[in-house]
Amino acid sequence: MKKVIMGNHALSYGAMLARTQVVAAYPITPQTQVVELLSEMCADGTLKAKFIKVESEHSAMAACIGASLAGARTFTATSSQGLALMHEMLHWASGGRLPVVMGNINRSMAPGWSIWTDQNDSLSERDTGWMQYYCASNQEVLDTTIQAFKVSEALSIPSMVILDAFALSHTYEVVDVPDQAIVDQYLPPFKPVARVTPDEPHAFGGLTGPEHYYELRYKLQKDMEKAPALIEETGRQYEKLFGRYLGLVEDYRCDDAEIILVTSGTAGSTARVAVDQMRKDGLAVGNFRMKVFRPFPFEHCRRILPKAKKIAVVDRNISYGHHGMFAQEVKSALYQHTDDVPVFCAIAGLGGRDITPDTFREVVDYAREHDKPEDDILWIGVKK
Amino acid sequence: MPKKKDAKKIVFASEKDMPIMPMSLGSMLHNKTGSWRNIRPEIKLEDCIQCGICWKFCPDMSIEIENEFPVVDYDYCKGCGICAEECPTKCIVMVEERK
Repeated sequence: MKKVIMGNHALSYGAMLARTQVVAAYPITPQTQVVELLSEMCADGTLKAKFIKVESEHSAMAACIGASLAGARTFTATSSQGLALMHEMLHWASGGRLPVVMGNINRSMAPGWSIWTDQNDSLSERDTGWMQYYCASNQEVLDTTIQAFKVSEALSIPSMVILDAFALSHTYEVVDVPDQAIVDQYLPPFKPVARVTPDEPHAFGGLTGPEHYYELRYKLQKDMEKAPALIEETGRQYEKLFGRYLGLVEDYRCDDAEIILVTSGTAGSTARVAVDQMRKDGLAVGNFRMKVFRPFPFEHCRRILPKAKKIAVVDRNISYGHHGMFAQEVKSALYQHTDDVPVFCAIAGLGGRDITPDTFREVVDYAREHDKPEDDILWIGVKK
Repeated sequence: MPKKKDAKKIVFASEKDMPIMPMSLGSMLHNKTGSWRNIRPEIKLEDCIQCGICWKFCPDMSIEIENEFPVVDYDYCKGCGICAEECPTKCIVMVEERK
């Protein structure tokens, strides 16, 4: 059924259709409506789940870890400062191999206090062992939430479904909300690898000496390496049932592009519009939107990006003292795989500054006029 | 149920044999945390009324009931003193370790 809903509610409907059994969450702008709707669904019986109210995001993730270890399909959502407060528990979830799915609304980190979008909150958690999906539409948010459970549970690795503050979280779009019966076909009930049960007592997360810890980390990485293929496979299964493919990247008009823009999140859908405009002006530009950042889509980067003469990564985030983080990782992925295609590292839209088609035009104009970047970072729109 | 003391340390030869999560690795068998102890509980059994409060309160499960009386497992007792504090007849006293 088609509904006009905000991005936050697309997350709620995704969690509902996945038949989430436990939700533990703490409200924070701009995430609040995600769990507000879920709490209503729990109260009126639409969703047969336990809603656990907690006193902080740290406790929210702790409760999710406990619930997941007890064998329940578990969901939460947060943003920015709340995600940062969860940091310790994010390692507990991934290290404990618990397939919790979490919505994170990209909101800039304080100070200065900000509720507007950029990606530094989730990218600060890139090394916690969570999968990360950056969405570009409300439909993609809903679909990806359902897919995330399937992939997470198959690999015993938690997932973050990420969307931009306000640009998606509070923006209403038409979303096809799938039938429960077909979602059930796609996503059967959660079967945990091991769980807390009196029938078979175990100690979980106990002291792990140097003789075992290393192997546990090796196994986490090995399973993470299985994720790209599994995301594509489950994306194709999703397409068969619902008509929408859910892949690792979206490459748009890249085949004959001289300059490929690398983007993510809603900036990626703005870039698609910008590409169409520039194509009308005779510029051979393409857009490579990275939807999945963890696991990193190495194969797609190495296959698609070197087709261009120049690559321009537009990051809505920064690793202070380095570049934007997508740019870092694109460069690292291409190293020793391509003949010196220059990579321009642009930063734009920090703290919710609008990213418009003109932003990409400026990046492309710069890339056309320069053989190589003059500086490590190309700052777009800074008031100098 | 086997006694803790009789259990064997688990060492996996290959990652393939290991569970994916840190789970029942038996690591505490050879990590005798009792060695951290500075003061030790000693129980005067003649004053013990067999109430089981020390057994219930011990946070490290280091008090076992044998022949209906409490016995301290000094391999794991860290000497926190909770048993002595809670004992209603004060028959548990904390004595300084001399090593």
